[in-house]
Amino acid sequence: MKTFNYHSAKDVKEASKLASSNSAFLAGGMTTIPSMKLGLASYKDIIDIKRIKKLSGIKVSGKTVTIGATTKHSEVAKSKEVKKAIPSLAALAEGIGDPQVRNRGTIGGSIANNDPAADYPSACIALNATIHTNNRKIDADKFFRGMFETSLKSSEIIEAIEFNIPQKSSYQKLPNPASRYAIVGVYVAKHKTGINVGVTGAKSCVYNDKDLAGALSSNFSSSAIDSVKVSESGMNSDIHASAEYRASMVKAFAKKAVEAC
Amino acid sequence: MASLVGSRVERKEDKRFLTGKGRYTSDINIANQTYAIFIRSPHARAKIKKVDTSKALKSSGVVDILTGEHIAQDKIGGLIAGWAIRSEDGSEMKCPANPPLAKDSVNFVGDPVAVVFAETLDEARAAAELVKVDYKVLKAVSNLGEAMNSEAIHDGIDKNMCYDWLLGDRQKVKEAFDKADKIIKLDIVNNRLIPNAMEPRACVIDYNTASEEITCYTTSQNPHLSRLIMSAFGGVAPENKLRVVAPDVGGGFGSKINLYNEEIVCSWASKKIERPIKWVAERTESFLTDTHGRDHITHAELAVTNDGKFLGFKNETIANLGAYARVFGTVTPTYLFGPCATGVYIMPAAYSNVKAVYTNTAPVDAYRGAGRPEATYTIERIVDKAAMELGIDPIEIRMKNFPTEFPFKQTLVHQIDSGDYVAGLNKAKEMADYDGFAARKKESESKGKLRGIGVTSYFEACGIAPSPVVMMLGCGVGLWESAEVRFNPTGQVTVYTGSHSHGQSHQTTFAQIAADELGVPIENIDVVHGDTDKGTFGMGTYGSRSLTVGGIAIVNACKKIVNKGKKIAAKMLEASPDEVDFKNGEFIVAKSNKKKTIGEVAFASYLPGVRDEVKSPLPEGEEPGLIESSFFDPANFSFPAGSHICEVEIDPETGHVKLDKYTAVDDFGTIVNPLIVEGQVHGGLAQGIGQALYENAQYDDSGQLITASYMDYTMPRADDLPEFNLGFTCTKATTNPLGVKGCGEAGTIAATPTVMNAVINALGGKEISLPATAEKVWKACKELKKSNAKAA
Repeated sequence: MKTFNYHSAKDVKEASKLASSNSAFLAGGMTTIPSMKLGLASYKDIIDIKRIKKLSGIKVSGKTVTIGATTKHSEVAKSKEVKKAIPSLAALAEGIGDPQVRNRGTIGGSIANNDPAADYPSACIALNATIHTNNRKIDADKFFRGMFETSLKSSEIIEAIEFNIPQKSSYQKLPNPASRYAIVGVYVAKHKTGINVGVTGAKSCVYNDKDLAGALSSNFSSSAIDSVKVSESGMNSDIHASAEYRASMVKAFAKKAVEAC
Repeated sequence: MASLVGSRVERKEDKRFLTGKGRYTSDINIANQTYAIFIRSPHARAKIKKVDTSKALKSSGVVDILTGEHIAQDKIGGLIAGWAIRSEDGSEMKCPANPPLAKDSVNFVGDPVAVVFAETLDEARAAAELVKVDYKVLKAVSNLGEAMNSEAIHDGIDKNMCYDWLLGDRQKVKEAFDKADKIIKLDIVNNRLIPNAMEPRACVIDYNTASEEITCYTTSQNPHLSRLIMSAFGGVAPENKLRVVAPDVGGGFGSKINLYNEEIVCSWASKKIERPIKWVAERTESFLTDTHGRDHITHAELAVTNDGKFLGFKNETIANLGAYARVFGTVTPTYLFGPCATGVYIMPAAYSNVKAVYTNTAPVDAYRGAGRPEATYTIERIVDKAAMELGIDPIEIRMKNFPTEFPFKQTLVHQIDSGDYVAGLNKAKEMADYDGFAARKKESESKGKLRGIGVTSYFEACGIAPSPVVMMLGCGVGLWESAEVRFNPTGQVTVYTGSHSHGQSHQTTFAQIAADELGVPIENIDVVHGDTDKGTFGMGTYGSRSLTVGGIAIVNACKKIVNKGKKIAAKMLEASPDEVDFKNGEFIVAKSNKKKTIGEVAFASYLPGVRDEVKSPLPEGEEPGLIESSFFDPANFSFPAGSHICEVEIDPETGHVKLDKYTAVDDFGTIVNPLIVEGQVHGGLAQGIGQALYENAQYDDSGQLITASYMDYTMPRADDLPEFNLGFTCTKATTNPLGVKGCGEAGTIAATPTVMNAVINALGGKEISLPATAEKVWKACKELKKSNAKAA
């Protein structure tokens, strides 16, 4: 690991001010630190935002669940309020990585990193999330731009993620047997306003599968999915799963999710 | 005192390991130590044009940088193959030189080229990045199937072939096949595995400039053997100036049998730079450079009669040695594999032909089971295929071909002293509720799932020894084991063994044996291993040999102690030695009912005279002290056997294989500690299941290991495994006084074919290659559905 300057910011303003094109914000560090240790990334400044109290915590209102950016996966998984309002979201958090990762990793870090196989981005898509940053509010469908790419600017800090509470929802994933990241993860959510099917792991970036959502809008049952064709095009293909398998698993896990709703 | 052999004594090791107090090589630090970082080839095959260390040498904290040139100048020897195997035509095997640091060419990704020693680890890393190696990259030979038709990797080794070995009689096999009603054919690939010991390899070297002695702390399964090789072949230092210590070692599975480049280089360099050296592998280095396991391509044929009798068996195998032949590399696919390929069956004629070839991949060597899992996989898969093609129940076809009389002369090499294969399979059948399978299958089908059942019966040859046999087969050393038992004057006992425990719990098992032999409480017995300066000598731990060879050396040394004790006790009790009986730690003279405890006798042995109240003159001709040693070389291997049955449930929508039930019935002869043996079986099963369902080391065409991290190499996890249902039968080994057989590898040997037979059974006999990953199973389910639809 190369040497770097470590800063512990006391508030969002200071953190944002310290940021440059050669810096990284540090929350759980579950991706940033291994990348630095492996020499895949190096920064001049590491800006630790864990001590900024305002960034952590869970608030539930009648219609939304708002989770602070540095809230750990284990806190979301254990939260009684989240379990009551959106049980599938607590279950998703419980299924991330292993206990060590869940006790360090944060929701904001996961979303800012936008790993194509991460779990939380599918929740943002399915639950019509709004990403609150220090300058603006971004709709989830405009936030995730591509592989490890988001619409965040370099000095912009995620403060919280606001999820809409759906009528019913479920997240089902086929974990990679080695890493336990999602080979395919499908988050189905039924809102008053419509249905979303957030899919992670399958392509280079999380997406809302409009065909599956469309089929479910007219008939919210797993049999409605049978007639939908999920194309292999754009699907990832690697030593763990071919594009053909992934396409088929999007359907299979969408069905499981609908059945579990 | 009740016998401890056979009791579930809790492990003496537990407290230390479970409270984080184990002392591993990387826990050892020596004042003034330097840190080593190896510069490794990023290419699978290349010529080294130039190594430029000039910039790196100027980097902060660098003590020295050494290369292949330096190793060659100092005439330090390379790594060796421990067994000489001859080809069918009588020619000797062909092995390339394997210098500890490559000078002219590199042959796999990770092959070390140079080493940096620096004051801190970070400085060593930074300097390593500045070492410039100029390579001429050559086309890699990474595909085993094509290796014999590819360009020669090593000069003078045509077709990349080390040997073309034959065991058995081709003519007899031909005659048997001519008489057969049916020939069953099977093509299989035995997938390559990476051992993944929890503790990565490491070494800490301390050179004493006064005594000129090198102490090498290392992660080894056999420190004495490492010292021998480093001295005799490496020429690093004479054996009396070399001490090798393998302290707590966190798993080996065969990968820590070998003496590796790093220990040789650091031991040699420590003397050169006159500084202690510490090297600890990173996990990536473990993936790339620990010896790998398995990796065979096999074509097998079984000749049968219509009523399911076996007539003959052919086994044609290509085995991958990787880039170089290492200690057990050449014997694993021959004598550890070929003889067991006919399985537990009466097989009137058979041969095993193995072509071992070099590729630009990590060296392949012994991995838990070493050859026997590959052999058992081959025969047990083809027996199941035969059962299916002949329409005979898999249990029935096995029963039909079991030997029932022992000793049984197995077709190719082994004389099996004892066993009862029928009893083992019957017990497994009952424990697994084999007869209830049809009902469970129906129930699974009602949920849209497929259910399959798999059976395996195995025997294996382990407890690797005896020296005359292994040396005749090509082994470079004798495979006996030694022990020394020391009674202290105040009554405690220290047992020194040449075996090495890296998870096998010798401190408990060996103490149980000694406690029984000597009648001393187990708390008063310590077992010492892993240090060439402590104890006599040893060949180490692999091939399930510790108890059957090393344990018996302890028994024999204890018997010598008792014999000497009898003579001393006789003198003390004023009787003749043949009037003295020894029982429960007491020497008793029956006619006078006088007795002395073994502790009193030990004390007396160190006070050989008369003074005040001490009256313990030694018998005439006896030396003082109560210390005895023994070297044990058994008359034969040990032959554990058993039958395993498992059931899987497959989700055809996803291809996920759920391991639902697993029953293992094993015959390990006398069991010293059932708790520890069950643990060994559990671990073995997990590794065998890992090969069947998850693990798969893959190289790409350019020879890059694409599964070089836990992100891509799938290890089995606790939640993948069911509750194991274990049972035991017992036929005692006749070749050792305890009647014990090896238990360390059995689970690994049996589990892979058992699981695959179950998966293939669920798929209606549709062949599928190792490992049965979800995607492969999903594809097979789709095809099955298609062909079923057509049939309907």
